Amino acid sequence: MTPGTTPRTTPAPVPAPAVEPAPPPLSTSPPAARRTRAVGVLRQAALVPVLLLLLVVGSLVSSAFLTESNLAGVGQQVSALGVVVVGESLILLIGGMDLSLESTYGLAPMVAAWLILPVSTYGDGIMLNPYLGLLVLLLVGAAIGLVNGLLIVKGRLNGFIVTLGMTIVLAGMQSGVVKAQSLYALPEAFSYLGSAYVAGVPVSLIVAVAVFVLVGLFLRYHRTGRAIYAVGGNPAAARAAGIKVDRVRIGVYVAGSVLAAVGGLMEAGRVSAVTAQQGYGEGIIFSVFAAAVIGGVSLKGGRGNMVGAATGVILLGLVQNILDLANVSNYWIEAIDGVVILFALVLARVIGGEATAE
Amino acid sequence: MSTDPVVQAVGIDKRFGSTHALRGVDISIDAGRCLGLVGRNGAGKSTLVSILSGLVAPDGGQVRFDGRPAPSAGAVDAWRSRIATVFQHSMVVPQLTVAENVFLGSGTGRGRLVNWRTMHRRTDEIMAEWGFGISSSTLCQDLTVEQLQIVEIARALATGARCLLLDEPTAALERGAVQRLFDRVNQLVASGVAVMYISHHLEEVFEICQEVAVLRDGEVVLTTPTSGLTKDQLVSAMVGTVAEQPGERAAPAAVPAAAATTATDAVLVVESLTTSSPRGRLNGVSLQVRRGECVGVTGLLSSGVSTLGRVVAGAETCDSGRVLVDGQAVGPGRRDLAQRAGIGYIPEDRRAEGFVAHLGVAENATMTITDRLSGALGLLRPAQRVEAAAPLTEALSVVSSGPDQPVGELSGGNQQKVTVARTLVHDPSVIVAITPTRGVDVASKTLLLGALTGFARERGAALLLASDELSDLTQCDRVVVLVRGRVFAEFTEPPFDREQLIAATEGLARSGQDS
Repeated sequence: MTPGTTPRTTPAPVPAPAVEPAPPPLSTSPPAARRTRAVGVLRQAALVPVLLLLLVVGSLVSSAFLTESNLAGVGQQVSALGVVVVGESLILLIGGMDLSLESTYGLAPMVAAWLILPVSTYGDGIMLNPYLGLLVLLLVGAAIGLVNGLLIVKGRLNGFIVTLGMTIVLAGMQSGVVKAQSLYALPEAFSYLGSAYVAGVPVSLIVAVAVFVLVGLFLRYHRTGRAIYAVGGNPAAARAAGIKVDRVRIGVYVAGSVLAAVGGLMEAGRVSAVTAQQGYGEGIIFSVFAAAVIGGVSLKGGRGNMVGAATGVILLGLVQNILDLANVSNYWIEAIDGVVILFALVLARVIGGEATAE
Repeated sequence: MSTDPVVQAVGIDKRFGSTHALRGVDISIDAGRCLGLVGRNGAGKSTLVSILSGLVAPDGGQVRFDGRPAPSAGAVDAWRSRIATVFQHSMVVPQLTVAENVFLGSGTGRGRLVNWRTMHRRTDEIMAEWGFGISSSTLCQDLTVEQLQIVEIARALATGARCLLLDEPTAALERGAVQRLFDRVNQLVASGVAVMYISHHLEEVFEICQEVAVLRDGEVVLTTPTSGLTKDQLVSAMVGTVAEQPGERAAPAAVPAAAATTATDAVLVVESLTTSSPRGRLNGVSLQVRRGECVGVTGLLSSGVSTLGRVVAGAETCDSGRVLVDGQAVGPGRRDLAQRAGIGYIPEDRRAEGFVAHLGVAENATMTITDRLSGALGLLRPAQRVEAAAPLTEALSVVSSGPDQPVGELSGGNQQKVTVARTLVHDPSVIVAITPTRGVDVASKTLLLGALTGFARERGAALLLASDELSDLTQCDRVVVLVRGRVFAEFTEPPFDREQLIAATEGLARSGQDS
């Protein structure tokens, strides 16, 4: 405490911006503050050396690795996953979790494609306009998120159990609605996002990068973004500070599911089909959580950022690609993939320190 | 009696990063003595407790028990058999029974198996021996705060330790319970246990300690018998600057006369609030607070004091009754609506509700005004937060390494200052402060209370100060005493008589003054 401060002079000027020429430093020891900031930067960049290492390993494994077409392919492959990771990261940040994103990832494009396609290709035959179909896709995502959010936040049910149940219900609907068929012959408007290229760059990659950047900026510079950190860090304190905690939470569940639906659309476009397996059948939720956690997003809420989440996604994509290029036996590829993910988690923990402990 | 003290710390030195928490601390406690340890927040008390409990190893120096070197830090069992600590925050597992908690982490004899019969028998024996009277099979979640503390003391006794550390044991106790605790401590001391008693309440130290040690900036600056020591001497040893202290303490108390404002309109009107909250019932409480007026509310622990504060602040809903600000009813149980209506809220438990631990000082201090700081698109730059927080964090002299330092890393007093800053920054017309000085050192206490009452008087805000700490209320214009959820008495003329206030809180006698 500063000696000589008397209580009578304390009455607190409520912020009068721009009175001072520069923001007066709160700091008593600026070097310490600088160190804190430096540590923060280090943590965000914790995985960069690992990514560089992977690039070296990849180029040694195959001469095809460092080619434009291969990297563009990797970009397209991880875009869908990346968008879902953004959704899951937001939900993790408010201290929640959503297992059902993987089913939303399959069901939302399935319902949309089903409404668009004719009966002959297993659609329901109302032949909805493809653009309306995309709207339906977003609405399905939003509706699922809303149901999850209401059950968890207003119904005070456990998020793990609610979304686990939801995962199975939605996956069942995904196969039920088309009798476990796959939907091909998707219209151009539907598959554009996942399959088109602009100047050699996949559109899905551009969109995914845009999603990461926009959500990252939102989290850092928007009052609702900051509220997400407050709610995840200490919901009671956030409520006491007048933040509408329930609304933020439900909103984030909705946003997460909408992002999962968009990710599903990318995947459907990439493989030119919506299969009954997409999402739940492939078990993508493991990769989603792994990417987020490797990237330093805490499972306990309130900690993490989009830079980290993005590095997590890129890391998983590169590992997958290198294993493919190295001709690793299909029977072993999952085991090796899993080991690499666990290794990356340990490494992220070691480099990132306590912040990534949980 | 052996000549060696039961516990002795010699030249203890400890650094945390750039902070030199303890600088060559020497302290010792003899059998059958009670040593008080006082010091302002951040003076190093908690660090010393951690070292004496064997949780943290010192960088230099040595801890000795009965003249022999202590076991290495982390050898939990070895430490526990010599020294037992009752921590500031409850370490009782609520889902377990009393007996399980008493023997938590320590066996009941043979190997690793739990012998339930022995455990219950020995718990009952300890309770009976010390006259505690809590059944060993009760679930701890059904106990009161006072009883939980007894469980912790019983746990300490069960290990057979000859030394007991009590880290702010009375922080959450009502006065009757404090007295009973003192009786127990005296009983322990009389039986030859060495007790170290850590507290912010100096009068308690004078009451039960034979000796007192003062920590300041990591050093023991004074060790002396309590007899013959005055409270002022003790305070100046804690604060360090003797000259400044009297003026600082005397000044605010003289202000109230000016506060008999001409304004007659009540900013805050509370109409017959009724609730059956587990924190304490309210059975129809009504009161009014005028512009610039500071009204204290006090009472025993379960009398509804904190419930009243929480309901007014919208942190808790009520069964019936209304809260009005400037004549407008505020939606019940909605903190966000209450804040928009102009009600600022300083919660009772700052760790639970006061701040987000890993967010920075500036961000926490401006959490209530993000809508005001941000533009039409809701965008807001970190620099804006820093700028908005700076005047208040400076006025409240928050000590931090910078506006980005996580509040969780600050000392308790500074955390509370951030919580107060968060409240004052949104320029409330009503401030609800519940026990705002709990666990805060003497100088910060004065500063916080001065900031709150000063803000109310200068800005014409209504201050509702709910506290069971009578010394908090000296600067209030009126004091309302609650007993079992009803307004029992009202004191309108400061200075308030301490004896009368205490009598009223006990519901014993109606005071001469009433409304």
